[in-house]
Amino acid sequence: MSEPVALKLTAKDFKSDQEVRWCPGCGDYAILAAVQQFMPELNIPRERIVFVSGIGCSSRFPYYMNTYGMHSIHGRAPAIASGLSVSRPDLSVWVVTGDGDALSIGGNHLIHALRRNVNLKILLFNNRIYGLTKGQYSPTSEVGKITKSTPAGSADAPFNPISLALGAEASFVGRTIDSDRKHLQSVLRAAAEHEGSAFVEIYQNCNIFNDGAFEQLKDPGVRDDHLIRLEHGQPITFGKDGEYCVVHPPGGFGLEVRPTAETPAEQIVVHDAGVTDPAYAFALSRLPGLDLRNTPIGVFRSVRRPTYDSVVQQQVADATAAQTETPEQQLAGLLASGDTWTIV
Amino acid sequence: MSKQIRQLDRVVIRFAGDSGDGMQLTGDRFTSETAQLGNDISTLPNFPAEIRAPAGTLPGVSSFQVHFADYDILTPGDSPNVLVAMNPAALKANLVDLPRGADIIVNTDEFTKRNLAKVGYATSPLDDDSLDGYAVHPVALTSMTVGALAEHAISKKDAERAKNMFALGLLSWMYSRPYESTIRFLERKFAKRPELVAANIAAFRAGWNFGETTEDFAVRYEVKPAKMQPGTYRNITGNAALSLGLVAAGVRSGLPVFLGAYPITPASDILHELSKHKRFGVTTMQAEDEIAAVGAALGASYGGALGITTTSGPGVALKGETISLAVALELPLVIVDVQRAGPSTGMPTKTEQADLNMALFGRHGEAPVAVVAPKSPADCFHAALEAARIALTYRTPVILLSDNYVANGSEPWLLPDVDSLPDLRVEFATEPNGDNGAFLPYLRDPVTLARPWAIPGTPGLEHRIGGLEKADKTGDISYDPANHDFMVRTRAARIETIPVPDVEVEDPDGDARVLVLGWGSTYGPIGAACRALRQRGLSIAQAHLRHLAPMPANLGQVLRSYDRVVIPEMNLGQLAHVIRATYLVDAIGYNQVRGLPFTAAELETTLEEVLKNV
Repeated sequence: MSEPVALKLTAKDFKSDQEVRWCPGCGDYAILAAVQQFMPELNIPRERIVFVSGIGCSSRFPYYMNTYGMHSIHGRAPAIASGLSVSRPDLSVWVVTGDGDALSIGGNHLIHALRRNVNLKILLFNNRIYGLTKGQYSPTSEVGKITKSTPAGSADAPFNPISLALGAEASFVGRTIDSDRKHLQSVLRAAAEHEGSAFVEIYQNCNIFNDGAFEQLKDPGVRDDHLIRLEHGQPITFGKDGEYCVVHPPGGFGLEVRPTAETPAEQIVVHDAGVTDPAYAFALSRLPGLDLRNTPIGVFRSVRRPTYDSVVQQQVADATAAQTETPEQQLAGLLASGDTWTIV
Repeated sequence: MSKQIRQLDRVVIRFAGDSGDGMQLTGDRFTSETAQLGNDISTLPNFPAEIRAPAGTLPGVSSFQVHFADYDILTPGDSPNVLVAMNPAALKANLVDLPRGADIIVNTDEFTKRNLAKVGYATSPLDDDSLDGYAVHPVALTSMTVGALAEHAISKKDAERAKNMFALGLLSWMYSRPYESTIRFLERKFAKRPELVAANIAAFRAGWNFGETTEDFAVRYEVKPAKMQPGTYRNITGNAALSLGLVAAGVRSGLPVFLGAYPITPASDILHELSKHKRFGVTTMQAEDEIAAVGAALGASYGGALGITTTSGPGVALKGETISLAVALELPLVIVDVQRAGPSTGMPTKTEQADLNMALFGRHGEAPVAVVAPKSPADCFHAALEAARIALTYRTPVILLSDNYVANGSEPWLLPDVDSLPDLRVEFATEPNGDNGAFLPYLRDPVTLARPWAIPGTPGLEHRIGGLEKADKTGDISYDPANHDFMVRTRAARIETIPVPDVEVEDPDGDARVLVLGWGSTYGPIGAACRALRQRGLSIAQAHLRHLAPMPANLGQVLRSYDRVVIPEMNLGQLAHVIRATYLVDAIGYNQVRGLPFTAAELETTLEEVLKNV
């Protein structure tokens, strides 16, 4: 959807006049700034960009973007955005959601938007907690999480959002971190370029109710031992000096981490986001443990398949193109179709 | 052999059989033939929710009733003059509705020991005295059909399945129906299997010729065409008319129509119908659930389409939160509720009017919407246009309350002139409306109280809307107490001040002291009962509400002009409750929730009681 003429927009053009009201220190500020700075790159006029959100801290996002926007109801943003996107192919439609909004109350809409491959860019701010309702565990909280609603520890196992999106047939799946602006924007860029649903999980710190949830991925002292930066076409190695690598052990179903020094170079997996079989991206999504070791970030999967929007629009376009009569004439013909009789 | 021909002014026929016997199709065809002849018609299909209940059982019985006359009629008829019973179950299930003297045509081939036992007949009712007083015509429908098709290269099963066409042929002969449309229909339906076209036409002719030759049917009947307004007609069901009304709303507004829907009985046919009309710019989306269906419709409305969602009661319950959002966003949205018997799954293929309370009040917060109800199958077309008109002009959700009775029933529809349909064009906002180039999304039109519809893609009008309370004019988030009070009252006033036509009172004698007030699909039975009373010299007035919210401005005055107001409803008194609370009128309810429409006879009896005591 690139424009031939450069619009010369800046981050400032995407800031609305509304006072931002997240808690001081919230990861959402960093994401907002990164998105506002990234938007001019799209070279899409502001009036053709729409942010749709549900309910939760992250869902206040549209109020702060100087584009069109709708702050809707809990969990339903993908459904509302689907209707908008399908009927208005000229728009760039973004969904902003959280772990509770997208994976609990709105789980059904998320998976079906991904399944249909509606042309939506879905940003899921995952802080593993309910912030706006003041600190209950969420569907991405670790088992045993002690919160206001689970004083003895939560009993239910969490979703892995990347695995879930892949299981829902997502054509684009990525993950990034609120504090790494450069990486965040690189994933946004790839998502924006993707035709169809793009699902981006953004690890986001809630400094009030779940502070430090992703600290191992941010602390310069340890993060390199935890983060796997996926780069398309590159062998997957990580660690301060690339001392770890990812292999596909013969006879196994998934991927494993090995010391690079003990692994023949040809056995190291070369990342390919375009692999048709989602099993590869799924295996990547299963690498990290509860301690966040071996957490891949970047684009897990990016494959092309027809978007729901384009198929639906094509059907309507084909049907309307064949018409030679005015809509009124067509309507008169439709009303009089079937067996009619005339009384004089 | 020439047979005696007798003139009748009206006939009610009920075709009844197993779910798999094709009774709905047989009834449809008979109706279409009857329409061609120019009779007035009203039909009532009645079928189980199960697609194929066990063969030959009472729960598997499906029926189709058609009432036709040489004058204008209002209902599908209280009780059949003729019952076609394709098996013992169909006879047993329908006999209760049959007055003595009625004709019963039975398919004797199905009256086997086993089939009789299935429905609890110890002996065949054809052999004992249980059908005394009826004119029973035993016909070996299946074996005669198979015999007539012996020369046709089709399977025995296909030959047996053509027995409904034999029955149709016989009935078409009995009532002197023109059958050309049925021949054309069979040619279309089985276009890909010419051997079935030939076999079904042969079965139809065999039934016709059987009537002509057998001595069992000594009389043939005629019902002359009704005197109807000049014009072109077609027979139409409520769901079909409603669908066409929505297509027409798209044409007359110039907006793309977007339907978000989830399959639910008895509303799915609207989704099916609209999905066929893409050439009108109609987009249909079968959503993952009821909530997504209304959400997608609202999203499309936000983008400048006419957003519509169609469902039944359980679906409206799920959509409530999104309808409230639409109230807050002040965007057009049409919600079609084809009511069925509840609560919960209830009786999905049976009718009821028990969603009125939900339509009027079933949302959180003060969330008023407009509510419109069609009174007959053909009226669904105009009611759909009216719902769209209100939604687009006043930027509000509108609930269109149809029900299973009008949705699946049919009647002749005088085709409207397209140019005479209401002009629904709207203007989107294109320019800033505030100082210094500011855009105020909640600055209202002083007359309609509607806010500007500024759709994405419009430069300079970028703005954010949402479910949080908005400040007047700017639409910014506001927790100001006075502003909330103002906005709640304004949203109420927006609905209350929508101008709707005055309610009309039908009181031909002019001296009635009792008024019957109805809404929705009860129009026909109430009207028929009032006519019957007037023919007996009694005076009674009838008024019918199409607009349930807001109500017509003259309604209070009308209600207070009568000594008694009676409100018949297929619920436990939902409109009566509203009328009593709003107008302080001591209205009497007459209520029935049997999953079936009122009969004119029971209403006549009830109203006569009221007249006696007034």
